[in-house]
Amino acid sequence: MTLLFQLTLSLYLLATAVYVVHFLSGHKQVRAVARAILLSGGILHTVYFVVRYLAAGHTPLTNNHEAVSFFAWSMTWAFLSFWWRYRVKNFGVFVSPLISILMLIAAFSSQEMAPLPPALKSNWLPVHASIALMANGFLAMAFCGGVMYLLQEREIKKKKFGIFYSRLPSLEALDNLNQHCLTLGFLLLTLGIITGSVWAKQAWGTYWQWDPKETWSLITWLIYAAILHQRLTVGWRRKRAAIMAIVGFASVLFTLWGVTYLLGGVHSYVG
Amino acid sequence: MLAESIVIIGVNHKTAPVAVREKLAFSGDCAGPLLTLMQIEGCRECCFLSTCNRVEVIFVASDPAVAAVAVRGFLFAKSGLADDEAQQYSYLYQGREAVAHLYNVAASLDSMVVGEPQILGQLKQAYREAVEQKATGAILNRLLHKSFSVAKRVRTETNIGGNAVSISYAAVQLAKKIFGNLQDKAVLLVGAGEMAELAAEHLVRQGIGRVIVANRTVERAAKLARQFNGIAVGLAELTTQLAEVDILISSTGATDLILRKDEVKPLMRQRKNRPLFLIDIAVPRDLDPELNDLDNVYLYDIDDLKNVVDVNKAEREKEALRAEGIVAEEVVKFWQWLDGMELAPTITAIRQKANAIREAEVTKTLASLKSLSENERRSVEMLANAIVNKLLHDPMLFLKNSGPHDNPQLKLAFVRQLFGLDNESSEE
Repeated sequence: MTLLFQLTLSLYLLATAVYVVHFLSGHKQVRAVARAILLSGGILHTVYFVVRYLAAGHTPLTNNHEAVSFFAWSMTWAFLSFWWRYRVKNFGVFVSPLISILMLIAAFSSQEMAPLPPALKSNWLPVHASIALMANGFLAMAFCGGVMYLLQEREIKKKKFGIFYSRLPSLEALDNLNQHCLTLGFLLLTLGIITGSVWAKQAWGTYWQWDPKETWSLITWLIYAAILHQRLTVGWRRKRAAIMAIVGFASVLFTLWGVTYLLGGVHSYVG
Repeated sequence: MLAESIVIIGVNHKTAPVAVREKLAFSGDCAGPLLTLMQIEGCRECCFLSTCNRVEVIFVASDPAVAAVAVRGFLFAKSGLADDEAQQYSYLYQGREAVAHLYNVAASLDSMVVGEPQILGQLKQAYREAVEQKATGAILNRLLHKSFSVAKRVRTETNIGGNAVSISYAAVQLAKKIFGNLQDKAVLLVGAGEMAELAAEHLVRQGIGRVIVANRTVERAAKLARQFNGIAVGLAELTTQLAEVDILISSTGATDLILRKDEVKPLMRQRKNRPLFLIDIAVPRDLDPELNDLDNVYLYDIDDLKNVVDVNKAEREKEALRAEGIVAEEVVKFWQWLDGMELAPTITAIRQKANAIREAEVTKTLASLKSLSENERRSVEMLANAIVNKLLHDPMLFLKNSGPHDNPQLKLAFVRQLFGLDNESSEE
């Protein structure tokens, strides 16, 4: 099983390297190779989850290794499904390193399979955890889009055309990407919070108990709700939206790790 | 030698000043020149290319030295220049150099602005007319087709045409980087200078949605607006219009700024921060340089655009080096084909192909007939051998014996096609 994980990780790292080579060289065939490697990584990653599910006897989303690895998995598939519908030039160059970083973090976390604590023995576990982590996947893509936007905008504004100007798509395309990922991510995040609170009612008898993780999820949700609201009403588009996508993602990461390690609470088993 | 019979004589922007090029300007179609050229003794195939920056004749001749003098005489006939002067202003390439030159022309490596695509279209047109006049044969047909595919290869494998190298085109390219699709965008022209007109023309060609012209004299504005199917407004409406449009091109003769930062700042809120691309091509400048500090406002003045163009030109030069590598490689390939167009290599190639087929088939058949004795096996081999030799006998005679009216190159080209010896070329 460890071997399967390592193989997946190597494929992701390789895909990242090939994407970077494509970015620097500009050869289109190289990009197709990178995408194929990423796709094989995604497939192998799926197999890894199935194997782990069978071995553990429950949904493998209960510790940091599993959660972060699933986060990477959802990002991979969010990207690949996105690619299938929209083409954003060189998006993969920015998404694949993030996937690799997540996988490296997962690799250095404990991969032990602990027995499931009683509170988690519920059908809500796969539903709530996977939706919440898939929301992270799309919000991570919005983050990548935001970074790309700022890089491209900077070169156009400063009139100094470096490595990004010709390689990144238009500001308009990046802004659309941002909106698309934010909307989907926000929708999933909302669903994640709702399913979580329904589960909490069943497990602990109350919908909401201001556990740190819950509180930070709400803060993250409010940040994204504000971004989308402002976007629609006063036109927080483009640069500001890009910056906000980055800020929002910082909150996502804090909810994922910061809360667990710094604040504890009932969700801290994920640590 | 056959290869040495390919010759190009011409005049371009590098070898002759415009005063000379003017004198030999050929106008109209190529039919007239082609007819004259075909009458030159020993000129077996020819193609005549005439554009504003170059006039050249690509031809195949049995005695290149003699034909070259006659072709040059024809080119400079109207100029009144003596042959030694004509030599000084023209270039003459022969053999391998001629092939390389033609490839360079087709790939736009020999153009005034390297990478401009027009020349390929002009060359294709010239070739079409030469074919219509039946002026080309086996060698030029292949050479010109090859030059088109070399140009295509250069275009796909290098970024030679990728960057804008004129001011107005650079502005369009930037607009695309900001807005992506230009179709639902509007442009406001302030002042009706020539450069603004050119930029607007480019934008319209890229599908910009609406054109609005504002000018001090409304008649001039109306005239320009009609040209682009747009509307004309007075200068007083500048800020009202600015709330709606996406691109502004300013080129007034005003001595002072016509638009300041504090006028645009409130407009951005009204625009819900939709980006605004301001292009200031006036000298002295029309637009406040500080406008660029506003969020989602991108201001480029004439110097900024010139910088973009310079960077792009340098980029093209770099790509041109890669393109030259491709040309060199393709010249070698053409040479290999041309070598095959001599009699002996063609005969060898046919024999080799036939023998390879014979061997493969015999091996396959014998493998399934394991019960045969050694003698019987030898008989099968002899049978195959005899069939191949007898089948090849007549084609070989046809190739070797030439009648008085034969065109040996045409014959070779025909036979090579019949036996599929140049299959790589059939993909084109």
